Amino acid sequence: MKYRPLIIFLTISSVFFLSIISIWKILATLQGLNLQNLNINQNFLLCILTTFLFIFIGNKLDHLIKIIILSTLFTALYYYLNELTPLWFYLGLFLITLFFTSRIRKYNKDFLKEDYVTEKIIFDFISLFGIIFFAFVILFPFYIMFVTSFKTQIALLVNPLDFSIDFKNNLYDVFKSYFVIFKTYNFGRYILTSSLVSIGTVIITLIFAIPAAYAVARLNFFGKTFLSTSILIIYMFPAIVLVIPLYTVFSQLGLRNSVEGLLIVYTATTLPVAIYMLQGYFKSIPKEIEDAGLMDGQNWFGIILKIIIPLSLPAIASVALYVFMIAWNEFLFSLMFLDNPKSFTLSRAINHLTGDAETPRQYLMAGSVVVTLPILLIFVYFEKYLVSGLTAGSVKG
Amino acid sequence: MSDTLSKIEKRTAYTLLLPAVLLVFAIVLFPIFANIWISFKEVELKDIRIPEPRAKKIIKEITENQSQLKILYRLRNSSLIESIDDVKFSDKLPKNIKPINLDSRCKFSSNKIKCNFGKWEAKYKENFEILIQHIDNKKIDKNIIKLQKPNLSGNADNVLLTMKFTLKNFKKVFIENDFIDLLLTTFYFTFFGTVGAIIFGIFAAQLVNQKFYGRTFMRSILLFPYVGPVVALAYTWTLLLDPNSGTLNALLVNFQIIDQPINLLGQKYIMMNILGFEIKLRLALTTVIFFEIWRYFPLAFLFILARLQAVPKDLYEAAEVDGAGPLKKFIHITLPQITAIISILFMIRFIWNFNKFEDIFLLTGGASGTRTLPINVYQQGFGVSDIGMGSAVSIVIVLLLIIFMFIYFKLIGKKANEI
Repeated sequence: MKYRPLIIFLTISSVFFLSIISIWKILATLQGLNLQNLNINQNFLLCILTTFLFIFIGNKLDHLIKIIILSTLFTALYYYLNELTPLWFYLGLFLITLFFTSRIRKYNKDFLKEDYVTEKIIFDFISLFGIIFFAFVILFPFYIMFVTSFKTQIALLVNPLDFSIDFKNNLYDVFKSYFVIFKTYNFGRYILTSSLVSIGTVIITLIFAIPAAYAVARLNFFGKTFLSTSILIIYMFPAIVLVIPLYTVFSQLGLRNSVEGLLIVYTATTLPVAIYMLQGYFKSIPKEIEDAGLMDGQNWFGIILKIIIPLSLPAIASVALYVFMIAWNEFLFSLMFLDNPKSFTLSRAINHLTGDAETPRQYLMAGSVVVTLPILLIFVYFEKYLVSGLTAGSVKG
Repeated sequence: MSDTLSKIEKRTAYTLLLPAVLLVFAIVLFPIFANIWISFKEVELKDIRIPEPRAKKIIKEITENQSQLKILYRLRNSSLIESIDDVKFSDKLPKNIKPINLDSRCKFSSNKIKCNFGKWEAKYKENFEILIQHIDNKKIDKNIIKLQKPNLSGNADNVLLTMKFTLKNFKKVFIENDFIDLLLTTFYFTFFGTVGAIIFGIFAAQLVNQKFYGRTFMRSILLFPYVGPVVALAYTWTLLLDPNSGTLNALLVNFQIIDQPINLLGQKYIMMNILGFEIKLRLALTTVIFFEIWRYFPLAFLFILARLQAVPKDLYEAAEVDGAGPLKKFIHITLPQITAIISILFMIRFIWNFNKFEDIFLLTGGASGTRTLPINVYQQGFGVSDIGMGSAVSIVIVLLLIIFMFIYFKLIGKKANEI
């Protein structure tokens, strides 16, 4: 038997195992456990021991029994060697070991003799590690945002690592930040404004974009190629170069601090991409169907309304969701155009909260949850449409 | 016959396009050109308001004679810089009330006082008095007089519309503004942000392209940073990285990895000792770049994943038969398949990172060495209130963008349409 693959396997898998355990320890620390040391060396030896035993036992035992025995052993040893912690911590440790050992099921003495086994081991564990890494790095800030909104500023200053939520308190205290931002900071009103602006932008953009996209996709006219390239070029110019002239003009026209002003700007900035996305889809609709419509004596209005729109509903849904997302998340224009709290959107309101250094962070995070949650829910629910919208429109971002 | 048909077609096309084109023209194209105009002017934020003649009406009773009242108009020019030409004033009096001792600039006819004040210089102020008297010597009701508001009108130059131009702004942009540093920071941010996002995107796409339990769930999660609102995410990261009670620093100190909290967003440089070499790293800028990568790698991921899923499976099977390992498969099959999409992604993301404003603004506000061109537009225009200067920086951005787009369309514009 070659020893090189075995050693590489033991090292890499133990490093992977160790990193999951460290993440678990970090998460446990954030629940208020007082763990001061990651004990990397000692835990690494434990991990190597476990994986070695796994290979050593091989197929002599049934897989399920084997992994349960190993997990129990690991947890017991860990308990013996480390500081005392609550039961749920060991339970988590047990489950992690169970997960890890079931992941490495295919590794046995025979597998380690295969060709390219070193590469396979490395690729295998890089993937596993990658999944854990990405999930942790992405979800961690969202997790912190969420749990901070249930804490208080004072508790966090005393112990910035304790994010445990005390459900023994009455529910009002747990959700206090949310009550405060809705009562004192008027977030109900901002949600309304944000929804109004976003939905309004979607509707107006579609009303303008569908006929224009139809013209670009189907009709012949002078300057057509020029127009379709300029749509893309215009789209690449950033909001920041538009801000100063728009600010001066809007100030003089009195359009600042108004929902109408925002609607106009949002619609104009999302129109190019909406036209670009829709015309691509319209081109894929067979022309014969329209010809049949023409025979029936429909004019272009009828064709768009009765043939094009019903046939391209999925594309329209993508565009609508994408435009909604842009309008809901938009920040620069709302920062520039809105000074009056009466006309704030959610993004602007959260920015306004930070203007006062005294604002406790749990209110800020509660506001962030309020603005993030709807868009994430919409994304998860309509993922299919939004992903195709993102792909088509993501020349921007 | 076909001639009229094509005419109708053209007319229809123009009617369909007109609303969209007009709106985009007004809100997107017009400002880009307006920037050129403004950048050659000395304009500050406070000049944007057009100067107005204003009057405040104060009524004074005369104790010895109840049938008379004194009206005092405090007149002023609202602007501190601009003069107003041809100021006209009018105020209405109730019936049976007449002004006495009327100023020579004024006339009284059909119950109206009309005055022609001529030109008011900047900061102009005047206390203008009129004595009024009831014809029948009755008592004048003070409130009725007070309710009537005077009308003023005048012609003022709108600073933005005058024909005075100057090259001062551009001089300032290139000479006084630390322009080289500004440009370098922008390119550093743009380049590393783009490359980092693409590398992480390839990695993530390669992962999700395999089969594993919870793959669709993973794909949704990977897009979260891009879908979430910037404001919320940027503030969450600011709290995470906060040196005093931020989670990250607290964790690192708790596990004894570092002794002192590091101010990741507020410290311009950090000395690093790598293999005996002292390296001065732009700390805040690097942190901002990592946020940028975190937020935008999902986009690269999405594109590359779509491409990877289109790679025929038999290519890999054939390689397996030939005895190729995973590394060889990646280098010889996967990479060649995604180079085209990567080059397009690089160009697009480069342009968009170059334009990025919100992320840096929310994280550092452009402090501690994170001042990029878009941030500078805001700082000049609204921080220092120098609108002309801000426009001049915008012009620099637009010119650079035009160069990038030219390269983009020359190099891969045609390829982009194929994919």
